[in-house]
Amino acid sequence: MSGSCLRLNVRLARDDFTLAVDLSLPGRGISVLFGPSGSGKTSCLRVLAGLEDRARGTIVVDGQTWQDSRAGVFLPTHRRALGYVFQEASLFDHLTVEGNLRFGFDRTPADERRHDWRHGLDLLGIGHLLNRRPHELSGGERQRVAIARALATSPRLLLMDEPLAALDAARKAEILPWLEQLHERLDMPVVYVTHSMDEVTRLADHLVLLDGGQVRAEGTVTDLLTRLDLPLAHGDHAGAVLLARTGQSMPDDQLMALELACGRLLLLPQTRERMPAPNTLVRVRVMARDVSLSLDAPLHSSVLNILPATVTGLEPDGPGQVLVALDIGRADCPARVLARISQLSARRLDIRPGLVLYAQVKGVAMVR
Amino acid sequence: MLLTPDNIQALWLTARVAALTTLILLLLGTPLAWWLARSRAWVARPVGALVSLPLVLPPSVLGFYLLVALGPNGPLGQPMQALGLPTLPFTFAGLVVASVFYSLPFMVQPILNSMQALGERPLEVAASLRASPRDRFFHVVLPLCRPGIVTGCVMSFAHTVGEFGVVLMVGGNIPGVTRVVSVQIFDHVEALEYAEAHRLAAVMLVFAFAVLLGLQLYNARLARRTSA
Repeated sequence: MSGSCLRLNVRLARDDFTLAVDLSLPGRGISVLFGPSGSGKTSCLRVLAGLEDRARGTIVVDGQTWQDSRAGVFLPTHRRALGYVFQEASLFDHLTVEGNLRFGFDRTPADERRHDWRHGLDLLGIGHLLNRRPHELSGGERQRVAIARALATSPRLLLMDEPLAALDAARKAEILPWLEQLHERLDMPVVYVTHSMDEVTRLADHLVLLDGGQVRAEGTVTDLLTRLDLPLAHGDHAGAVLLARTGQSMPDDQLMALELACGRLLLLPQTRERMPAPNTLVRVRVMARDVSLSLDAPLHSSVLNILPATVTGLEPDGPGQVLVALDIGRADCPARVLARISQLSARRLDIRPGLVLYAQVKGVAMVR
Repeated sequence: MLLTPDNIQALWLTARVAALTTLILLLLGTPLAWWLARSRAWVARPVGALVSLPLVLPPSVLGFYLLVALGPNGPLGQPMQALGLPTLPFTFAGLVVASVFYSLPFMVQPILNSMQALGERPLEVAASLRASPRDRFFHVVLPLCRPGIVTGCVMSFAHTVGEFGVVLMVGGNIPGVTRVVSVQIFDHVEALEYAEAHRLAAVMLVFAFAVLLGLQLYNARLARRTSA
């Protein structure tokens, strides 16, 4: 399925709001639709699913035309090979967990089935719940069953509409690891709607920023999170996501080395009980507030991660603060991080694009 | 013997009318409720009002119009006669037809309420799980609206058992054909047979209470199950 993609060029006019998006999303991985409430994220998902019959335009998924208004093509939802996970789990109360899982599976044409209805049981850890009724499940369990139910139809596209928004923090923490695992094991693209920055940093591969029904920006998560012209790179949660491979572990010092795509090394405290094996692909988060700048190589510093960097841009960010975009990669392989410093420091150090300096990274957190 | 053969005959007739009426209403009222719940057409509003009409209309008014319409010269009776069908007034069939109209809101309202409470979401979920509109109706809407359907059946049955004015108008008072319990009680009272009237009335009272108690228990059990 790699190589294929998802084309979406649609318009949906409502009384007070118009959604107009033209997107090509990758044929694998998780594409996150991110934006404030009312930005059109959920509408976009509903249009993809065929739940908005007033939407006009074209939708092509995995080479199959789901909608082409000019040609008069509009596949109804039940003919689209998709899985939809709603904000509330919406399990069928009149069926057991097994009945819920079989509901979609039984209605999937045999030649479209890629796996048994039990496929999602292990992926989501719900094998022991089969005979339960929805009202006997916790919120987190319900949502996991809903995800497995969607997967049981062998969809070509999985749509998830803020699947964690209705859950409390503990339940979120319970489900997120399952979602991260899914990410590695699913053979279909996922379009995921959220307004949580945490979910973006942990799950997104591709990011689409929606605002007022329009696409404000789209790109890889590493790129979009560090673009100073976008609101994502501002505010307290500003920070970069970097992809890295785990390297040598240093058990004596409770540290682990990470190698970024560009070859730079970062040292990470071994906070988790079970650290990933060497050479595992992980993603790390570097918050803008955890990066400070120095014009000279700090020879005697307690900071473990000091990297040569080039300033690529700077923008004012809140009272007296400046946000600096830095490239800590190499010419052919950029890796961007952000640093938040005081306006005074920026002036004293004469920070400007092109300046080469040292970034001291005080905190690196593995998010996946 | 507590009940005279006349009284037993009236009870048996009432049960048959009510059971047949309920069955017809179930088959008629469920799709009607679904259409009323889903239709955005203007015409659904007057139809909705029409369905509810027996709730507020005096039964004698309803019975009068049915008598006129179904009579040999009425707008319904005339074409029926032309087709060689019997005229309905003062027959068992006529009583059932009249009861269907009379109890229609008692079937449609509870089902309509549960269908409206269902909302869009279960249908959208079912559609995303490859269920066609028909499939969604039979395998999602009907099972999820079961409490409303059960309530509708119980209320229609009980309400039909309790009808009086419409029966007198359309059915008259023919033993074994149209003389239902309520009419029988009236006859007893007219004839000053208070003891007979009392026995039959008590049966009705106990029946009505038992039915409503059963419904209460059913709903309480459902509420406990969904709130757990």
